[in-house]
Amino acid sequence: MRVFTAALAIGAGLIVLMGYFYPDQLDSLRIVLVDWAIIIAAMAVLVGIFNLAAVQMEKIRRRQKGGTYGALLVLALIITFGFGFILGPENPYMQMTVDAVIVPVEASLMAILAVTLIYASIRLLRRRVDVMSVVFLGVAVIFLLASMPTPFGPIPGDWFILQITGMFSRGGARGLLIGIALGTLLTGLRVLFGVDRPYGGN
Amino acid sequence: MLALALLGIAAILLLIFTFMRRRSPGSFRLIEAYERLNRSVGLAVENGTRLHISLGRGSLLTTRGGSALAALAMLRRLAERTSVSDRPPIVTSGDASLAILSQDTLQSGYRAAGAEEQYRFTTGRLTGLTPFSFAAGAIPTIHDEYVSTNILLGDFGSEAALLAEASDRENTSLIAASDDLAAQSIFYASAQEPLIGEELYAAGAYVGAGAAHEASLTVQDILRWLIILALLIGAGLKFLGAPI
Repeated sequence: MRVFTAALAIGAGLIVLMGYFYPDQLDSLRIVLVDWAIIIAAMAVLVGIFNLAAVQMEKIRRRQKGGTYGALLVLALIITFGFGFILGPENPYMQMTVDAVIVPVEASLMAILAVTLIYASIRLLRRRVDVMSVVFLGVAVIFLLASMPTPFGPIPGDWFILQITGMFSRGGARGLLIGIALGTLLTGLRVLFGVDRPYGGN
Repeated sequence: MLALALLGIAAILLLIFTFMRRRSPGSFRLIEAYERLNRSVGLAVENGTRLHISLGRGSLLTTRGGSALAALAMLRRLAERTSVSDRPPIVTSGDASLAILSQDTLQSGYRAAGAEEQYRFTTGRLTGLTPFSFAAGAIPTIHDEYVSTNILLGDFGSEAALLAEASDRENTSLIAASDDLAAQSIFYASAQEPLIGEELYAAGAYVGAGAAHEASLTVQDILRWLIILALLIGAGLKFLGAPI
């Protein structure tokens, strides 16, 4: 079974990869395989939601900390799923669930995030005092001063500061992205060769 | 054709170096974060505390899946090493298919360690499907589950700051890397020893995941030098007015 799953994964991976290089020969097969993957991923969402509910149910059963929130989550899940199933996702009441609950909650988290980031920056020098940390903080502050609106108008030399920091940050970002692209390439090759089998094959 | 050639070269080099590394394992430069990771694994088993491993929300149907696959390779090894612990590691993710793969990987690790009966499918968790719901769902794990080390490896965005903050509040170790530039800068400010850029993909090699992982690092270095050379030659030719 392990050999079969590995062979299946390697075969499908090779067809999808080669489909990009030889579209005339393999594109239709590649599209079919990617469509299957999308359908399976959609089913995986249902399995994932079952997992989410199971974790919360276990919390409630074991009377763990946060069990009340877990009960609330499961209750909200059942009600939303039930109404969504009956009314359909396009129904105005279902749309309101998203607009009136999910969007404001995520916006609040975004607001907390802004405060968290400022707090993390302040603590950086307490955690790690080295040249790079000082440079990191210094550049962040200078960049913010140059790019944000002030009550006195633009600060002197803002254009120059933005050009210099922009040039360095663009160069650095490209370097990091090249490294990440190479890492992704090699990780993909390991999966294609069947060395890494995240699908439980080894 | 250039992309196919690069792919072919990388594949051939990976095979050659994997074969070579099997015969003589390589030595790596010291990365403090992975040193801390290896120490934390041992301490968690001894203390009866838990590791919280978060794989991010990189969908395997997108290019972001690469970092998730690298994190899964590390998870496989960590699951094997911590299977004897009283408190098994908890894995959280923000993508459904990734959550299923994390459960599969955990089970494989336990099986390899001969402790499959210890495996519980609730230790691989989907905590949310949007960036902030994923973070909000993972934070209680950091606060309430006796976690001593948080390992955040994979595709995270700015929501990673909330996880890092939760880790800091609990006074736990944080080992974090992401393929996203915003998250990398957040981790630089939040983690004790930050992992930058492609260091994320070295996780497998540093936790002893095998010769292929070690070979990957060598091939990455070779390809990086080739790209640097190509950039320099390109810039030189452009400077000389060559039509490129």
